[in-house]
Amino acid sequence: MNVPRLNRKVKTAAGMASVYFTLLLIGFVFIYPVIYIISYSFMDTEDLVNPLVRWLPTKLYIGNFSEAASVLDFSATLIKTLIVTVLPSILQTISASIVGYGFSRFRFPGKKIMLAALLATFIIPPQVTMIPQFLMFRDLKLLETIWAFILPATFTQGIRSAIFVLIFYQFFNMLPRSLEEAAKIDGASTFRIFYRIAVPSATPAYIIAFLFSLVWYWNETTLTALYLGEKWATLPLKLQNFAVTFRRLYPADPYSVVGKNLNEAIVMAGTFLTLIPLLMIYFFTQSWFVESIDRTGITGE
Amino acid sequence: MKIKIRTREALQGLAFVSPWLIGFLIFTLVPLVRTFWLSLNEVRVTASGIRTFFMDLKNYRDAFLTDVTFSGMLIDYALQMAVYIPVIISFSMAVALLLNLKIKGQGLFRTIFFLPVIISSGPVLAELADKGAMTFEGLTNLGFLVNLQTTLPPSIARLLAFAVGSFIVILWFSGVQILIYLASLQKIDRSMYEAARIDGASGWQILWKLTIPSLIPITFINIVYTIVTVSTFSTSAVIQKIQTDMYRPEKGLGYASALSWIYFLVMLAIIGLFVLINVIYRKKGGERS
Repeated sequence: MNVPRLNRKVKTAAGMASVYFTLLLIGFVFIYPVIYIISYSFMDTEDLVNPLVRWLPTKLYIGNFSEAASVLDFSATLIKTLIVTVLPSILQTISASIVGYGFSRFRFPGKKIMLAALLATFIIPPQVTMIPQFLMFRDLKLLETIWAFILPATFTQGIRSAIFVLIFYQFFNMLPRSLEEAAKIDGASTFRIFYRIAVPSATPAYIIAFLFSLVWYWNETTLTALYLGEKWATLPLKLQNFAVTFRRLYPADPYSVVGKNLNEAIVMAGTFLTLIPLLMIYFFTQSWFVESIDRTGITGE
Repeated sequence: MKIKIRTREALQGLAFVSPWLIGFLIFTLVPLVRTFWLSLNEVRVTASGIRTFFMDLKNYRDAFLTDVTFSGMLIDYALQMAVYIPVIISFSMAVALLLNLKIKGQGLFRTIFFLPVIISSGPVLAELADKGAMTFEGLTNLGFLVNLQTTLPPSIARLLAFAVGSFIVILWFSGVQILIYLASLQKIDRSMYEAARIDGASGWQILWKLTIPSLIPITFINIVYTIVTVSTFSTSAVIQKIQTDMYRPEKGLGYASALSWIYFLVMLAIIGLFVLINVIYRKKGGERS
């Protein structure tokens, strides 16, 4: 091997090593809190006060989880959270696809203005519209019912609906129209063309829109607290009130040394329980998330 | 006949977009106007419904003149944006550039870097920040940083302390932006690189003269996305204030409405600033070519 070539090889190897090192370092920043949550949630009180125990608990103590689960009212809350997130996500995805198809395939007066308004809704923060919406739901007696989430989602004004309409708009724009035109010549109705031809070919867009809706609805707390309240409190909301609920469930006992005091481990176990369902969904569907933009071409011109 | 076909198409199109049209009017446009109307009133919620008393711009005057916390919060918000936007944009661009190199495990790294988008709800982030899992101990106490803070003017020192203190939280807002950059990097025409290499350009030159300029248009989208996500995140101090003031009898819905409009206008001003920069940049680019 001649010298310049060897030089170049060493240079790229060193370059590659530094690239990996940087990526691992950054990756650590994102994994660190997750490791933190997991390791602390298994620590008992002895481990917590032991200065020698930093990362690895001396034993796997699962008592934190049973306490955290009772504070969160885990199974009931999980079912509620799933209802409150899955239902609006499905409706939002379906309506976004219908609207996206309409914008992509038809010419009609006012289309440009409507598309501009659609883009504008993305930058209108929910905080500017939530008070009148709150009053409206109150007048209609829909507060603390799931309708307060279902209605906006059905009319593509749910959480970040504008993005999903744009995803479908972009996706249908990329799809060739030839098949739909052939069906039209054969006399198929517009709606039939939509659900027999366009919908099946847009499966990736549907999956991606649904998954992102799910995550964003799950993580939403401001609107959930305002419209759905205590009655439909989701896991993240229960986590927000964790300390208060804990003190109500286990009143502090000043005379007992081993009395139940809220410690970091229990809070972390609660945080872990709140995260597990989403992490599991992410674990099985991660390629849909990380390849979403490649698959839908949302950034395409 | 031709007109008839066009009318038919228009009607069908309108039928398809009608859910959006109805929803936009009921859940966005009317509430937006109504929030503004409420902000000019004192709103009392009674058993029989709400009663409004027209107050002109009193709520707005109160927000800036009487309220002791609000102006400070807005300044903090502007500072937060001044730190978050450059950090998030440069960080996500750098990560995307690294991931775009031909490396093994690209998928795994993508999965890890996207993790924050999945798990960052306000309460989870708050718990983590509360327990110190979002700052590296030591980083805030580093000798040179402490020295730097005492020598710098207080406003810049404050900015720096803020950036260091919330560094990890900032990175946690970068998931989607990394994906957007990565997708547009993979769309760059390969032949451009080859042409540049044949002309004798070094990797460094290609990066600065070719790759990064081609990311500028998408950067605008990323900046807007960043502003919107960070501003509407539930841990934002202004949003929390709006929420608590809503239920306070001496402040109420009218006052909270005024605060949300002010917040919205400040956010629009920040976005407007970047629209302006974008327009100027495009004009300059147009003159050059």
